[in-house]
Amino acid sequence: MAGLVNKVYQSIFRRTSSFVLAAVAGAFMFERGFDMVSDGIFDNVNQGKLWKHIKQRYGQSLEEEE
Amino acid sequence: MAGVACRVARAGILKTTVPGIITPGTAKFSTLREMTTARKAVAAALGVIGAGGASLVYALNQSVKASDLTLHTANFPWPHDGLFSSFDHASIRRGYEVYKNVCAACHSMKYIAFRNLIGVSHTEDEAKEEAKSVQIPDGPDEEGNMFERPGKLSDYFPNPYANDEAARSANNGALPPDLSYITAARHGGENYIFSLLTGYCDPPAGVSVREGLYYNPYFVGGAIGMAQALYNEVMEYGDGTPATASQMAKDVATFLKWASEPEHDDRKRMSIKVLMIFSLLFGISYYIKRHKWSVLKSRKFAYKPPQ
Repeated sequence: MAGLVNKVYQSIFRRTSSFVLAAVAGAFMFERGFDMVSDGIFDNVNQGKLWKHIKQRYGQSLEEEE
Repeated sequence: MAGVACRVARAGILKTTVPGIITPGTAKFSTLREMTTARKAVAAALGVIGAGGASLVYALNQSVKASDLTLHTANFPWPHDGLFSSFDHASIRRGYEVYKNVCAACHSMKYIAFRNLIGVSHTEDEAKEEAKSVQIPDGPDEEGNMFERPGKLSDYFPNPYANDEAARSANNGALPPDLSYITAARHGGENYIFSLLTGYCDPPAGVSVREGLYYNPYFVGGAIGMAQALYNEVMEYGDGTPATASQMAKDVATFLKWASEPEHDDRKRMSIKVLMIFSLLFGISYYIKRHKWSVLKSRKFAYKPPQ
């Protein structure tokens, strides 16, 4: 554990350049993951009610009519 | 840091709980000195009088308001009730059909455009078809004449009357309100719309309704200029749902709720994110606070008199 922390410190946090890079990359990855989780919760709670869950019904019926 | 905190917060938060050690800071700055019995009694009396006065004002403000004979609507179990519950978009789509076939004969929705339907209740192609089916006044052309053209996605829902005066004269002097924001504009919102649409009945004994008006207990005053519009099987749904009066009222109330609050789904989606991120940040802040203050809260001052 201590070795890992030391390795992380030496390779990332010690230099400002790599620290900033790690912060920006971390923010990007965190936001992507956070949005995926929270949107997943919302879609799961509202399964079958949202437009994206029902739109294929209407798209197909329109094609059948044509 | 500690000196600043001591001065800002006085010494109350730094007060030691260990008995026997009375630190100079505590003795000088503490606001927790013993109160005399008389002071306690005065403070208690002031508190009781203040709380009593406030609750009296609240109670008087909540008195029974029996001045009007309006029936207040019940709260119905909507699919979008709940902290994270979105609209039922199939219901919005049916509600649009109800609006188009029934309500649009008299009511305008001048702030809703056909493009607003895309991604909510219709695909882009379907919304274009809907727009094309109405004639929109446009112009002037090169000769200065106004003309009509098929609607485009950017057009707003057409107004059934040329202006408010025309609407009044066609409806016995009663102006059919614009429905764009109607659920936000009426007490009870979509519950009121549902109750009003399904609440038509014969007037009770002793109540006479003028010619051209209809009795509805949910409408303020009881006499409404709009006749009952929704009857069973007055129209057919595109998705085959049985078109009962209550089904149509529910769908059109959902549609009007969406029209008033198109940001509703995004708001609830965002509330999940806000709750998640702020509970995370609260946990981190609380840890940092405890971490930083642990030194300040656990230290002790002791006065050692010179030997």
